[in-house]
Amino acid sequence: MNNSLSVSRFSSISRLVTHIFLIGICFIWMYPFLWMVASSFKSDAEFFENGLSIIPSSFNFSNITRAWETANFSQYFLNTLIITASVVLIVLISTSACGYALGRFSFPGKKVIYVLLVSSMFIPLEFSIIPIVALINALGLSNTMIGVILAESGGGHVMLVLMFAGFFSQIPKEMEESATMDGCGFIRTFIHVMLPLSKPIIGSTIIMQVIFTWNSFLIPLILTLSNPSIRPLSVGLYAFQGENIVDWTGIAAGATISVLPVIIIFFFLQKYFVEGISGAVKG
Amino acid sequence: MSNTETTLNKQSALNSKKKNKKNIAFWCWMFVLPNMILFILFQLWPIVSSWFYAMSNWNGLSSSIEFIGLANFKELVQDKYFWNAFKNVFIYSFGSVPFQLILGLLFAVILNNPKLKFASVYRTFIFLPVITSAAIIGIIMSFIWSSDGAVNYLLMQIGLLDTPIDFLGSMTWAMPTVIMVSIWMSTGINMIFWLAGLQGIPKELYEAAYMDGAGHIRTFFSITLPLLVPIGAVILLFNVAFSLRAFDLIKTLTDGGPFFATDVVSTYIYSAAFAGEIGQPRMGYGSAAGVFFGFTIVFLMLFIQYLRNKVKANSHV
Repeated sequence: MNNSLSVSRFSSISRLVTHIFLIGICFIWMYPFLWMVASSFKSDAEFFENGLSIIPSSFNFSNITRAWETANFSQYFLNTLIITASVVLIVLISTSACGYALGRFSFPGKKVIYVLLVSSMFIPLEFSIIPIVALINALGLSNTMIGVILAESGGGHVMLVLMFAGFFSQIPKEMEESATMDGCGFIRTFIHVMLPLSKPIIGSTIIMQVIFTWNSFLIPLILTLSNPSIRPLSVGLYAFQGENIVDWTGIAAGATISVLPVIIIFFFLQKYFVEGISGAVKG
Repeated sequence: MSNTETTLNKQSALNSKKKNKKNIAFWCWMFVLPNMILFILFQLWPIVSSWFYAMSNWNGLSSSIEFIGLANFKELVQDKYFWNAFKNVFIYSFGSVPFQLILGLLFAVILNNPKLKFASVYRTFIFLPVITSAAIIGIIMSFIWSSDGAVNYLLMQIGLLDTPIDFLGSMTWAMPTVIMVSIWMSTGINMIFWLAGLQGIPKELYEAAYMDGAGHIRTFFSITLPLLVPIGAVILLFNVAFSLRAFDLIKTLTDGGPFFATDVVSTYIYSAAFAGEIGQPRMGYGSAAGVFFGFTIVFLMLFIQYLRNKVKANSHV
């Protein structure tokens, strides 16, 4: 009796210690974000006096409007939106179609494609950046939005293709046969029968690619070097910091504009994202 | 099917099946084509043409490319700044990967407890840096770690420091600081990887172990850890590959400074090929560095893979 009481007391203490530890960890992990959002609402005077606090004394929107209107963040935001939406669309169409053909049919050349894609998995794309830039230049697309979109859509997308192929290979044959009976051709079966079934994979693909493209830096940095008007947010903020090194409230406002949309999307769709990246190590 | 079916009908059905097969092969090719074009243009061709650029003295602007053989590679292996960047990227990798693996595992084990309240809230917060642009994290962290930032304030409050340290401007502190920021940034994704591994371990194993009187720590070392080894090898591979190609965070946090103290291979290539700080941009020379380091990474990956197979083979004996 006495013994079981002390055990339960021990477990409630250890539970408390666990929560205190986790709250401390979460504070360390959240502080930079809280500081960023708070600083974007502080006046210069408040930032100078109380630069580290994470609760602004009042909600002063002047930094946000300054970043949005005078520092071109409205343009950067629009650019990021266009680039991200286009890349996601291109990647979604190309990977789902490729995964469907590879996962569901046997056709001449299939093995070669598999071997090529899988063996490319560990070849680092980052060190191919020079030929990619040279290719975009050769296509006459340097310093254009289309060039940025194309370069960011590039690659074999092995993970996504394998995810789609794995999913489509598990759908029972009858689904297809009944669609063929109803007079659906290859493309219509894919669009009207198969794609709607693959909603979870589409969800993971969209959210992973949105976050990946929204945050990309190296390719747009190089491809927009001489055309600032097509910069996305990450490159725009880097340039802004370079020109206004002491304007921390402005930098914080720009960072908040850049980061918040992804965080909001993530909060709503994190299930798909977590499933997607877990699949990468399980497979 | 009617019973009036004849051999003739069967024959035509066979023919149409053959035609159908050809038709399907055609559509399959049409379906893989877009992805394969993106793959060939932006992954296969760059690998092939890197070699060509690496043996030229192209500046990226002029249309004439002069072939200079292995001169770029020769210059590269004699450049002490290249070896400095080469050394730095391994310091960065070996300094950050073990910590982000261990911390990620620690958080995963704690949060995997189904009875823990708010586990998903904690998980979301720790994961937040993963979905944030590394470039923007670098910019924000350059204030947090500055003389006026929160880290110095905290260290002075608890009495560890008398005067603030300029972490990112100090030759001694810059690299450790970059490593710490990187650990902070990447622990979340490792936590999710480990959680995926933990969820694959059958619950019955733990129940049996607790029945036998094993404690939490005992079960962790004799059940959890051995069963996580296979997925752990994949996670290690991911981490090493990602850390060796780090660019965004370092570019915005320190830009390789102060005086090349945090210059890594990717920032080295960037300054050689695009920035042209020392005269003309040198795409050819940058490509040579890319080819050289790309090979280093591939060899390292193959080596880890080899070790992994060896461990696997041993565990079966």
